[in-house]
Amino acid sequence: MNYIYPEYEVVRNYSRCITCRACENQCANKVHSYLECENRMESTDDNCVNCHRCVSICPTRALKIVKSTHTFRENANWTGKTINEIYKQAQSGGVLLSSMGNPESYPIYFDKILINASQVTNPSIDPLREPMETRVFLGRKSHEIVRDANRKVITKTTPQLDLSVPIMFSAMSYGSISYNAHESLAKASEQLGIYYNTGEGGLHEDFYKYSKNTIVQVASGRFGVHKDYLNTAAAIEIKMGQGAKPGIGGHLPGAKIVGAVSRTRMIPEGSDAISPAPHHDIYSIEDLRQLVFSLKEATDYKKPVIVKIAAVHNVTSIASGIARSGADMIAIDGFRGGTGAAPTKIRDNVGIPIELALASVDKRLRDEGIRDSVSLIVGGSIRSSSDIVKAIALGADCVYIGSAALIAMGCHLCRSCQSGKCNWGIATQAPELVKRLNPAIAYQRLVNLVSAWEHEIKEMMGGMGINSIESLKGNRLMLRGVGLNEKELSILGIYHAGE
Amino acid sequence: MTLREGDIRIPSGCAVSGIIDKSRKRFSGEEIIKSIAVMRERGNGLGGGFAAYGIYPEYKDYYAFHIFYDNPEIKKQCELFMDEHFDIINLSKIPTKKMSEIKDEPLIWRYFVTPHPTKLKASQLDEREFVVKSVFKINTGIKGAYVFSSGKNMGVFKAVGHPEDVGRFYKLEEYEGHCFTAHGRYPTNTPGWWGGAHPFALLDYSVIHNGEISSYDANRRCIEMYGYKCTLQTDTEVITYIVDYLHRKKGLDFKEIASVIAAPFWKTIENYSEDEKKKAEYFRNVFASLLITGPFSIIVGYQDGLVALNDRLKLRPMVVAEKGSRVYIASEEAAVRIIEEDLDHIWAPRGGEAVVIKAWEDK
Repeated sequence: MNYIYPEYEVVRNYSRCITCRACENQCANKVHSYLECENRMESTDDNCVNCHRCVSICPTRALKIVKSTHTFRENANWTGKTINEIYKQAQSGGVLLSSMGNPESYPIYFDKILINASQVTNPSIDPLREPMETRVFLGRKSHEIVRDANRKVITKTTPQLDLSVPIMFSAMSYGSISYNAHESLAKASEQLGIYYNTGEGGLHEDFYKYSKNTIVQVASGRFGVHKDYLNTAAAIEIKMGQGAKPGIGGHLPGAKIVGAVSRTRMIPEGSDAISPAPHHDIYSIEDLRQLVFSLKEATDYKKPVIVKIAAVHNVTSIASGIARSGADMIAIDGFRGGTGAAPTKIRDNVGIPIELALASVDKRLRDEGIRDSVSLIVGGSIRSSSDIVKAIALGADCVYIGSAALIAMGCHLCRSCQSGKCNWGIATQAPELVKRLNPAIAYQRLVNLVSAWEHEIKEMMGGMGINSIESLKGNRLMLRGVGLNEKELSILGIYHAGE
Repeated sequence: MTLREGDIRIPSGCAVSGIIDKSRKRFSGEEIIKSIAVMRERGNGLGGGFAAYGIYPEYKDYYAFHIFYDNPEIKKQCELFMDEHFDIINLSKIPTKKMSEIKDEPLIWRYFVTPHPTKLKASQLDEREFVVKSVFKINTGIKGAYVFSSGKNMGVFKAVGHPEDVGRFYKLEEYEGHCFTAHGRYPTNTPGWWGGAHPFALLDYSVIHNGEISSYDANRRCIEMYGYKCTLQTDTEVITYIVDYLHRKKGLDFKEIASVIAAPFWKTIENYSEDEKKKAEYFRNVFASLLITGPFSIIVGYQDGLVALNDRLKLRPMVVAEKGSRVYIASEEAAVRIIEEDLDHIWAPRGGEAVVIKAWEDK
């Protein structure tokens, strides 16, 4: 007996269906099948993850997916979702797994913040007529001016990242996403003059040619880390935590550790890749400092080091510690951040919103006078150009986008990455699925997205009378809250609309 | 009740004017009053002021503090503090003239001081930093007292009113200096407080400013990390602190300061020579948060001269003119012509181009 009724139903318009069987052919979840005796298609709704692959591919628009109206007896406390989760766990005895970011209805502070514009006393600036600058440098900003004997300024700085626009693709490992997805991200970063991040999956030998635009990650499993990997990169990121699963490690099942993935991660084929919850050489802040400097030593102090943490309750103290650890940048990942797989209850209940974490960290570092010794990168989740403008005005130097980049490549947020059966060729290693993602097209879509956002950022900046993005950074007077209480406003460091 | 500067952020439009004699020959304040009066239209009578350099030669080794007091009680309290931290060489009321155009005057006092040697030593600060710290202590710690001028051989005179009336009120025509700046203000609400008028000054740096900077909060939050407190929420205050920080504390010259606060566009930098490019990129990167955007024309006065600077797009008017050893700067050409018909040279500097006028060595 199956207690669980399918969440989604496939609706087929038989007057349009030409039984071309494209849907059947495209669905890795085996939803569609052909009934030869009746010469018609039928569906197994139980298997459907609502990824829209069949809907998009259907040449006659004969398909749509609808939410099932099947319901439990109404109960504000015991929702259908909760009941079904219990059925699943009673059946399997296992931990519930999910993918992508926290979908629950917590407040989204970005949606309660509004942006300013100039009127009368200060002209707005038209980005089509005047220069509008979005270039940023990430890294330590030391104000110590050194001059030579002729009073000439010595322009040497600690290593920096130079971005055409303050957007980077966040860490997604080769393994959790496909070779083609990685290639698309790498190629797009190169064309855009930004950076992508390997995640904890090593760097495939084919992608060393994109190394100028590559941030390599060192995480608790140390998969794929070796000297060339570190030295080829533009920057090194130590991953301490991830917004989708703060406090826990990762697990890539042995089934996915095949061929190039195994080689790139430097572990045997078929063995599970388990990243421990903590780094077992970092049990405190002084240990982190040692790792930061070990990596700097290994790369001759030529690479900036990023420390990535999840936004948790005491994020301000942690960030303050990291700012004094020798790290050049801090990446903070909010509780909406995506993942290839995480325990559902952790993803949906651990961590705090990035807007609040960012505002408090930026303020704390300024209160301590050390904000200029690190750059702040925020992610989890940045959904649009306006989120970026708000994040920068709250105090970020740059944002990481993960989910948005995947969506640009075709992801439909069905949140089933953990199954490895991504019909869009993104979160899968199955060769027949991977080949569905054409890097030549996907990279262009990434370039388009970032370029479109860049245009929108420039329009919003111009509206505020700001023609260079560094004048937006931490410029909280440009923001107002709507429908926020005093405490929220005070944490965000902004006034309410009308004030 | 109307809110004071500091309680609310008030954008303003304005008129600016400056005159310097590079030979340090002194002349009367009459001229600058005449110049700024021409631009009456650009202000609305809600703030005017002057900075005058070289006016206190007999006390040139002492810091001249000009202070507003709300009442005699506060004056007593502030003088206790001053006594404790400084040797006061001379003190007096600043002479003013009763006139119907200027109302609600606070108590206005002038002190010539030098830091108390033992206090200075105990503070482990250099003399100028000690003075700055003391000014901040008074302005943020003693409510109702406000030091609005603290440089050597210079002074700021400001009030709520049209600038030409403010000049007469302070009897500026009776002062002689080698350099003056003047400001007429057009704030967009009704401030009742004299401290909000320009110039804004710290030590011998004075800033007058026309514009509204869109980078205000980014600049404020950055400079506050380096020991400054922006209590007035005005653009001019934050610009003054940035100038003080970069010039006095970081040793940048004014051309370099211009490449930070009105930085050249990246497109322009691309065409620089390799050396210049590196330097421009370095300043933009390291001092990114001190870039000032939005319209402004500013005149900075300091002990060696004047600096005129427009925002990078030149969204506010400003001309510079020369006649012999005299240099004139003003929002409008008319404000120069009224005092000198026959100019050697007059031009409008480009956006972001700092015009640095240095007075000749003081003999």
